[in-house]
Amino acid sequence: MSLRKFISNKTIAALAVILTAFANTSAFAQAAAAETAKKPVDMGPIYKSVIFYAMAFLLVCLFVAIIGKALKVYELTREAQDKPKGIDWNKVNGVLFALFLIVGLYGVYWEYTVHGNMILPEAASEHGKKIDQMFNITLILTTIVFIATHILLFAFAYFYKYTNKRKAYYYPHNNTIERIWTIVPAFVLTILVLMGFLTWRSIFYKIEDPNNKPISIEITSSQFAWAIRYAGADGVVGTKNYKLITSTNALGIDFKDKNTLDDQSADEMVIPVNKPVRLILTSKDVIHSFYMPHFRVQLNTVPGMTSYFEFTPTITTEEMKAKTNDPTFKYLFLCNKICGDGHYKMQKEVKVVSMAEYEAWVKEQPAYLTDDLKKEFNIPVTPAATAVAADTTAKDTSAVKTKQLALKN
Amino acid sequence: MSTISLHDTHNHDNHDDHGHHKETFLTKYVFSQDHKMIAKQFLITGIIMAVIAMGLSILFRLQLAWPEKDFPILETFLGKWAEGGRIKPDFYLALVTIHGTIMVFFVLTAGLSGTFSNLLIPLQIGARDMASPFLNMLSYWFFFTACVIMMGSFFIQTGPASAGWTVYPPLSALPTAISGSGLGMTMWLVSMVLFVASSLMGGINYVSTILNMRTKGMDLWKMPLTIWAFFLTAILGILSFPVLVAGVVLLIFDRSFGTSFYLSDIVMGTQILPNEGGSPILWQHLFWFLGHPEVYIVIMPAMGLSSEIMSVNARKPIFGYHAMIYSLIGITILSFIVWGHHMFVTGMNPLLGGVFMITTLIIAVPSAVKTFNWLATLWRGNIRFTPAMLFAIGMVSFFISGGLTGIFLGNASLDINLHDTYFVIAHFHLVMGSAAIFGMLAGVYHYFPKMFGRMMSSKLGYLHFWITFACAYLVFFPLHFLGLDGVPRRYYAFTEFEFMQKWVTVNILVTWSAIIAALAQVAFLFNFFYSIFKGKVATQNPWGANTLEWTTPVERLHGNWPGEIPTVYRWPYDYSKPGAEEDFIPQTVPFSQTMSSNMPHDFEGNSESERIQREWEEENPSADASK
Repeated sequence: MSLRKFISNKTIAALAVILTAFANTSAFAQAAAAETAKKPVDMGPIYKSVIFYAMAFLLVCLFVAIIGKALKVYELTREAQDKPKGIDWNKVNGVLFALFLIVGLYGVYWEYTVHGNMILPEAASEHGKKIDQMFNITLILTTIVFIATHILLFAFAYFYKYTNKRKAYYYPHNNTIERIWTIVPAFVLTILVLMGFLTWRSIFYKIEDPNNKPISIEITSSQFAWAIRYAGADGVVGTKNYKLITSTNALGIDFKDKNTLDDQSADEMVIPVNKPVRLILTSKDVIHSFYMPHFRVQLNTVPGMTSYFEFTPTITTEEMKAKTNDPTFKYLFLCNKICGDGHYKMQKEVKVVSMAEYEAWVKEQPAYLTDDLKKEFNIPVTPAATAVAADTTAKDTSAVKTKQLALKN
Repeated sequence: MSTISLHDTHNHDNHDDHGHHKETFLTKYVFSQDHKMIAKQFLITGIIMAVIAMGLSILFRLQLAWPEKDFPILETFLGKWAEGGRIKPDFYLALVTIHGTIMVFFVLTAGLSGTFSNLLIPLQIGARDMASPFLNMLSYWFFFTACVIMMGSFFIQTGPASAGWTVYPPLSALPTAISGSGLGMTMWLVSMVLFVASSLMGGINYVSTILNMRTKGMDLWKMPLTIWAFFLTAILGILSFPVLVAGVVLLIFDRSFGTSFYLSDIVMGTQILPNEGGSPILWQHLFWFLGHPEVYIVIMPAMGLSSEIMSVNARKPIFGYHAMIYSLIGITILSFIVWGHHMFVTGMNPLLGGVFMITTLIIAVPSAVKTFNWLATLWRGNIRFTPAMLFAIGMVSFFISGGLTGIFLGNASLDINLHDTYFVIAHFHLVMGSAAIFGMLAGVYHYFPKMFGRMMSSKLGYLHFWITFACAYLVFFPLHFLGLDGVPRRYYAFTEFEFMQKWVTVNILVTWSAIIAALAQVAFLFNFFYSIFKGKVATQNPWGANTLEWTTPVERLHGNWPGEIPTVYRWPYDYSKPGAEEDFIPQTVPFSQTMSSNMPHDFEGNSESERIQREWEEENPSADASK
């Protein structure tokens, strides 16, 4: 049975199978459409285009088969005429490796310059600069190794392709060389490890400067939204307890803790430039990941666990717009851990502004403690403005209590 | 060559290890206990699973490239999961989850280790079969059942597991969090338990066979690198897979019996769950305690196969045989203490992050040694580009490209910004995806004559290699830059973020490359199945290789060797040895038959042999000069 015959038989058989399959499915689709009386979708052109692609592919297969057959015929005739073998496939593949090397090197250059220019702009945070610096060092080292080893690999493939004139060089080992290429990578990696280790420590083990206390911002993730809580005037984010979560108290803030009373909620994260920010990361339901790519900040938010990340933004949004030459530039944070259907939508905008702008903005933010919540926690609805008014608090509370009782009754 | 024809294929009477029993179709092809048949079962199941997983990847690549376009044909096949011809977000997540699970466990663990450990361990160490053929058979059927259950989850109402292949709880524990965490997740967990059972039965068998059943003369330092790789892979599997089962069982408890191993302080909407005191991080520790060794379980057999194939086809001994083994051992040991690098940003104690960074970057050293040794093996070789050799070289290329980006990700500080982005996708698809699959394909092309007694078409193999090789780079190289732009993985569409929209054109290039690469596999599938029946009949030793499997007859007998099991006298890499008549000397040839090519270190300090050799050289001064 010749290959050509096989192919043509197979092709016809395959076509028949595909045609019947489509005929069946279209019949089913029609029946289903008629049954549910949905808006009729005309599947005709779709099947036509699918068949078109299938046919195009089969044509390619046929073309490959014909070339294969031609090659075989050619080689058989060479053999029959006692001439040297028609095509030296070792040479073909060796040359292809050399070509792959050249095209590949250009491709890498193109990638580094074209796609390499589409990546994140410079880090907008203090520790981010260190990370970027280390990234660049690692990139240079690995690129050198990447290019060098690939040149060797493909050049060896090209230069040492098979010929019957030569015998391979019997070279089972050389301890000196092996020692060198164990020690050199070990040495380079030691440097990288040390750098990485020191940077890592500097990011996570911060010594607090009493004159420059960080702003605390609490982030709570849930499916598929972020909640931002600012500490308010006291600078302390108050406690919360997941058991207190209700539809009105979405974060479960425990208002018995005085620190919570001035906590504020915000729709976006606004932070002052050059002032450390301490993020308090929590999650309500599943694991999410708080990711601020421009600031080189990422940490998972884990239910049942609070984690912290401290960083200092160094470039304002306006400055970044100028730097990236993009008037629509926005900082943002997003979710970077699979968390469900809406994973691809979780985002919030971040604005880095001057201290003055920040202070003006933060005053505008509403307190978490709404009137409804005050009732729930027996807190006076009108906050005590003066020390004198404090006396009335007790009375007010009891008033609320009686009101609540009245409501219950 | 004539010196090793110890086999008399008609001499069946000597075949005393195995009683003759009547073989029915059922015992020969289905419930076979012959390691070669089990290897083929693993291979073909692995190939089918690979094709399925590849198909899934094309589906989600379509979604990523054309997020706004309808493909009504998809609705015809997927029904409600692609209503209106657009894949839904939860089904998208199911696709990536099952793609990952199938590829990592069913294709690159069972398909790769299962196939080649089963095929090559008895053949290359000179054994009639595995230590326990029955356990071996069970191993396959557990694996097969696991595959069926995993695929079955596509046919249930709530769909397959969709919490990512790492199935992090609470997402994987709460059906209210994602629909895939309903019955689909249960099936995933059951399938995984069966899979681990299969893997353990296989692993125990491999280790005991290698330790106890080597033929005469086959000491550990004469074993081919493939066997070393399978041996260490099996040890890794035995030590790490049970931890996954422990994790999986606890997750089953959390899901079905209300325990709180991984759950605490969870509120779904406003519904407060009663679980308290658990930690989702615990799952991650248990999972990655397997998960990281797992990537070496995937890559080490590919390394072993590539080493062997490169040595055979470069007609040169593998450079630094001992260094290759020590680096494999080093990787094996280190791979147990690096799992934390998957967890740098989980909120794990930063001190641990520092420690895991150190161990992770150390593991790059043995990997570098292996790479340089492969390069040195090619140097001044006489390279025959069989399809297997092409894939082995491709494997080295991917291992370098993907391995180098591991230096970024292993660095905890750099990982802060790269974690879970497309940079990670690009990294592991090159270093363990493409590299391991290329090692596997190299093995298939190389050992096809041993499995089926026929040859695959080399020209179709060339076509397959070049398209796949080029397209794999076109798919995965650009993805690094998406990661460097902060694009997270497992995003259903890039439409919601302005900064991601510039990558949609890149996604189209990537998807087209993936489609072409997938179509190129048709060349392989055709070649594979056509050659089983119609390929050119193979000779006994078509590649001129030294290892023992090529001394068995083409007919593939049950029991492997018709006569006595051959004795081994030398290491497996005597290629192009100066002074030898041919450019290879099989392991079964004693030094007394190769006086003209013996070297002083061949005798390992045996003074008697050295004396005989010296005397011979004095008598034959001309042979000595030819060296």
